[in-house]
Amino acid sequence: MNSIPGEKILITKKLDDFFIGLYSGCQFALRFFKEVFKPPYEFKEIIKQCYEVGYKSLGLITLTGFITGLVFTKQSRPSLSEFGASSWLPSLVAIAIIRALAPFVTALICSGKVGSQIGAELGSMKVTEQIDAMEVSATNPYKYLVVSRVLATTIMIPLLMCYTGGVAMLGAFLNVHQNEMTSLITFFQQAFEKISFLDIFSSLIKSIVYGFTIGIVGCYKGFNATNGTEGVGKAANSSVVLSMFLIFVEEILIVQITNSFRT
Amino acid sequence: MDIETKNIEEKELVIGIKDLYKSFGNNHVLRGINLDVFRQDNVVVLGRSGTGKSVLIKVISGLLKPDRGTVNVLGQEVATLNEKELQELRLHIGFSFQGSALYDSMTVRENLAFPLVRNKRNLTKQEIQSEIESVLDDVGLLQTINQMPSELSGGQRKRIGIARTLILRPQIMLYDEPTSGLDPITSEEINALINLVKDKFNTTSIIITHDLTCAKSTGDKIAMMFNGEFIKQGTFDEVFSSDDERIQNFYKYNFIN
Repeated sequence: MNSIPGEKILITKKLDDFFIGLYSGCQFALRFFKEVFKPPYEFKEIIKQCYEVGYKSLGLITLTGFITGLVFTKQSRPSLSEFGASSWLPSLVAIAIIRALAPFVTALICSGKVGSQIGAELGSMKVTEQIDAMEVSATNPYKYLVVSRVLATTIMIPLLMCYTGGVAMLGAFLNVHQNEMTSLITFFQQAFEKISFLDIFSSLIKSIVYGFTIGIVGCYKGFNATNGTEGVGKAANSSVVLSMFLIFVEEILIVQITNSFRT
Repeated sequence: MDIETKNIEEKELVIGIKDLYKSFGNNHVLRGINLDVFRQDNVVVLGRSGTGKSVLIKVISGLLKPDRGTVNVLGQEVATLNEKELQELRLHIGFSFQGSALYDSMTVRENLAFPLVRNKRNLTKQEIQSEIESVLDDVGLLQTINQMPSELSGGQRKRIGIARTLILRPQIMLYDEPTSGLDPITSEEINALINLVKDKFNTTSIIITHDLTCAKSTGDKIAMMFNGEFIKQGTFDEVFSSDDERIQNFYKYNFIN
C-alpha cells in the first residue's frame, strides 16, 4: 500500500499539538498551586467572583435541581410500585441525589454557565490585550484573574451542590407528598436512613474537583484565545466541551475510588 | 570628536538592542535589529503593517522572549530577569496599546487605580484619588472619571490608556500605533500629548507607527523598518532624503502635512 506523506504529517502534527496542549494545560493547572499561597491576596476579586459564580447561578440551579428531584421521583415510582416497594422511594431518591445527581447536575450546569462565561471573559481580555496591559503594569494576571476565578469555582460549586441537593429533595418530597401524603419530617427521616458519611464526603470531594476543573479549564481556554472575536467564541465553546469531558472522566474515577471504600 | 558624537556620549543609554531576532514558526519577524535609545529621546519606529514593529516593543517590555540577541533596558538584560525582577523593571515602563486595552469591566477611575493600588500599597485612598485626578487632568479628561470605557470615543480611550501608564510615573513610554484609527485632528491631539508627556514626565519613548505626520511631529529620531530589520536610522529629514526605493515608496504613499 502506498503511504500518503501529507496525511502522515497531518496526523503527526495533530498528535504533537495534542501533547503540547496537554503539557501546557498541566503546567497552567500546576501553576495555580504555586500562586495560590503567594501574596498579594486578591480578596476583593475572590469575593466578587464568588458572587458571580454562586449567587448568579442560583436561579438556574434552583430550577434544574427542583425538576431533577421531581422528575426522578416520578419516573422511579412505577418501577418500585410494581414490587410494592414505593415506601423505599425516599431512600432511593436520596441516594441517587446525594451520591450522583446533585454533584453531577451542578457540575454540568456550572460548566455551561460559569465555564463559558470565564472562557469568554478572559478570551476577550486576551484578544483585546487587556491581559498584556495587566502584565506590563507590573501586575501578575495569573494571580489576579486565574487564581481568583478558580478559587471561586472551587469554593462555590460544592456549596451550590449542597443547595441543588436540598432543592432536588424538596422536588422529590413534593411528588411523594402528593401521592402518599407523607409529612416532610417523615420523608427526610426515611431519605437519610440509608445515607452514610461516605456518600456526603465523596460528593463534596467530587464537587470540589469539578469546581476546580471548570475554573481552570475556562481560564486556560480564555488565556490562550487567539484570532479576535472568533477566538473568543471558540474559547467559550471549548471551555464547556473540555470541562464536561473531564467531569465525566473524573466522575468515573471518583466513583471507582469511592466504591473501593464501600466494600 | 565632533559635537554630535560628544552629545550622544553624554546622554545616558536607556534602551540598547543588539542583533535581535524573533520568529513565530517559519515567520521570521525580527531579523537582526540594532537600536540605541538615549534618555528623553522620542524614537519613532516607522514601517508598514506586519513588519514586526509591535513585536519589537513587546520584546522590550518582556511580553515576548527574543530568539537571539540582547535587549538592555535601564541597565538590565530583559531576557535574563526572573519574574520578580521583570515586574520591578516594568514599573519603569509604560505601554500604550494600539487598542488602548482599557479594562472593560472597570470605570476610568478604577482603570487608573488598578496599577497604583497593586504597586504602591502604602498610598492612602485620598492619595490615590488625587493621583488619578492629576493624571486625568494632564490628559484633559478629568470629566470622564466615572465613565465606562465603552462610553468613550477612540481618542478618549487612547488618552485614558496613556494616563493609566503615566500614573506609575514611568521612565520609558512605549506607544503602539498611538494614532491608528483616529481622525487627523484627534491624531494631532495625541501627537501633542506624546510631546507633552516627554516634556512633563521626562520620559524616553519608542513610538511605533506607520503615520508620517505622527513620526514627524513626535520623533527626535526615526528608525525605518522593512521586513524585520532597520534599513535606515536618523532624523526625519535624513531618513526621507535617502535614495532607497523602499523609503521613497513609503513616503510617496503617505499623506504628510
